Amino acid sequence: MKDNLMKNITPDNKWQDLTPGGFIYASGNSAEFKTGDWRTATPKFIEEKCKQCLLCVPVCPDCSIPVVDGKRLDFDFDHCKGCGICAKVCPFDAIEFVKDGE
Amino acid sequence: MKKLTEIRWHGRGGQGAKTASLLLADVAFSTGMYIQGFPEYGPERMGAPITAYNRLSNEPLRVHSNIYEPDFVAVVDDTLLESVDVTAGLKEEGAIVINTKKDPKELLPLLKGYKGKIYTIDAAKISLECIGKNIPNTPMLAAMVHASKVMDEQLFLDNMRASFKHKFATKPEVVDGNMKALSMALEEVKVYEG
Amino acid sequence: MAISERLSGNEAVSFAIKQINPDVVAAFPITPSTEIPQFISQYIANGEMTTVYVPVESEHSSMSACVGAQAAGARSMTATSSCGLAYMFEMLYIAASNRLPITMACVNRALSGPININNDHSDSMGARDAGWIQIYAENAQEAYDNFIQCVRIGEHKDVHLPVMACQDGFITSHAVERMELIETDKVKAFVGEYNPEKYLLNPDEILAVGTYDTPQYYMEHKKAQTEAMKNARQVIKDIAKEFETISGRKYDMIEEYRMEDAEYAMVIIGSSAGTAKEAIDELRTAGVKAGLIKVRVFRPFPLEEIAAALKGVKAVAIMDKTDSFSAAGGPLGAEVKAAIYGKVDGLVAANYIYGLGGRDVRVEHIKLVFDEIAELVKSGKQPETYKYLAIRE
Repeated sequence: MKDNLMKNITPDNKWQDLTPGGFIYASGNSAEFKTGDWRTATPKFIEEKCKQCLLCVPVCPDCSIPVVDGKRLDFDFDHCKGCGICAKVCPFDAIEFVKDGE
Repeated sequence: MKKLTEIRWHGRGGQGAKTASLLLADVAFSTGMYIQGFPEYGPERMGAPITAYNRLSNEPLRVHSNIYEPDFVAVVDDTLLESVDVTAGLKEEGAIVINTKKDPKELLPLLKGYKGKIYTIDAAKISLECIGKNIPNTPMLAAMVHASKVMDEQLFLDNMRASFKHKFATKPEVVDGNMKALSMALEEVKVYEG
Repeated sequence: MAISERLSGNEAVSFAIKQINPDVVAAFPITPSTEIPQFISQYIANGEMTTVYVPVESEHSSMSACVGAQAAGARSMTATSSCGLAYMFEMLYIAASNRLPITMACVNRALSGPININNDHSDSMGARDAGWIQIYAENAQEAYDNFIQCVRIGEHKDVHLPVMACQDGFITSHAVERMELIETDKVKAFVGEYNPEKYLLNPDEILAVGTYDTPQYYMEHKKAQTEAMKNARQVIKDIAKEFETISGRKYDMIEEYRMEDAEYAMVIIGSSAGTAKEAIDELRTAGVKAGLIKVRVFRPFPLEEIAAALKGVKAVAIMDKTDSFSAAGGPLGAEVKAAIYGKVDGLVAANYIYGLGGRDVRVEHIKLVFDEIAELVKSGKQPETYKYLAIRE
């Protein structure tokens, strides 16, 4: 039975090199699964309108609004799926939501 | 030399025929025999006719089927004689042991021409007298040991006393009653040789 | 010194569980396995075990609780029968595919319907492809011995699979028989501590269990699972050898009885093997060269052992205590025929369905089967694809 820590499991791995039962010997690795290309509409962060109320942060289903030192930064587009919830909750029109191609 | 004794118990759900078969297995085991004690299971409840079995041998037992040609049959409740074919397959060199107040001759017409020995015992009377309750399986056990001769009677009594002492460790007064019931059953069991 | 005892199959298995004292038992009562969780609850209440008993509301939950507990790092056990096992069906696969060595006391009973509480093998045979190791007992002694070995087999590093220790409901589970127990300290030393390499409650290592598998990975994980089942063959043999040193009793994938020069053979599972041995002794006395192959381990299937044992045999009767409703016989029939294909030439193989729903199996029935297969050899006729034994028709 394979019990080494699997860092990079890829579809090239042989059965012998996979973990038993597909166990994952690590945490926080959902960050490695990029979902940004699921997006068909993109939020646009308008920094000058933002009051840093941070209402948008907890509603993001993909944790794609990074917060540093109590202030939100621009979107993490590697993972943002473009659901638009952040734009709906923003009281200050600081997030514009644009359908891709428009 | 292989010596096998097969016994079938007939009783009604709740009367302790299964317990009697387990007690007999227990005491035979304690004398060094190979034993099986098992009931025939169904959805039956209190009062329904039930069957239990014993195989007792000096060699390991392998067969796992019910018993169709028993050496001995025990009937814990004589009202079963009307409805159950208790002598089916019973070997004539064996015997039937019946818990009844009646005389064996009165029961003969119900035994379908069985020609072997008939043992009778009033187990209800004995258990009421000795234990204070109608628990027919204790006297029936003694009567079966007497009829089948599967073990020496004194050895049987000694082992039962040890077993009762263990079972009723917190109620030693019960031991004497049960032992008295066994002794009385061994004395009072009657035989009709046909 | 071994301890001579008189116990029923259920009492024997419960006693084994008490001696092993697992971390967790999660079970829901169903006839005829009910006594096992009952006895264990009593042992725990009496302070004789330190096991955590999880009272659950169904068998789906009991197996789920075992899956969770075993993944967490706890040695977990359960007991069930019939419809209870069927209700676990989904979780049986979860346990096996997550490679969790749970030990189950399976007390075989027919699946409804018509509603029936008595013995046959339809429950565990229905779960035969769930990925569990399956070991069947002939009597209370084997039920006890097998259960103790099952814990070691499942937990072995080359295996990591759940194990079903099966015995025949009522026939052995509720029959009191003379048997030998092993001293508790020896059982504990044999079974040892459960020290999984990876477990959820390990504070030093991160682990996720029960992950989603895309088509790119699923087959590779199944391949690893089937290799573990293949590995179990050697592990079962090794552990049987080790068990012999503490018990004096020999076990293997199959048990051969008077097969050395047998011309007519029977392949059977469970309590009727004992009845068949008695029948074979009687047939031998009458000059018939009869023999028996008792399949102790059904998963992994002992195909090489069976093929080797059947070399030189003229006819074999393969006895299934369940019907697979393939309209081609029972599971044991199909697998034994597959095992001998290309390996044993000219063998007449007859498949019988017997003992369903508690139908009593007598010495006479076994002798009838041997008569029938001998007649096939004499007449040169081929057997029916499969037939029901001693059916009223």
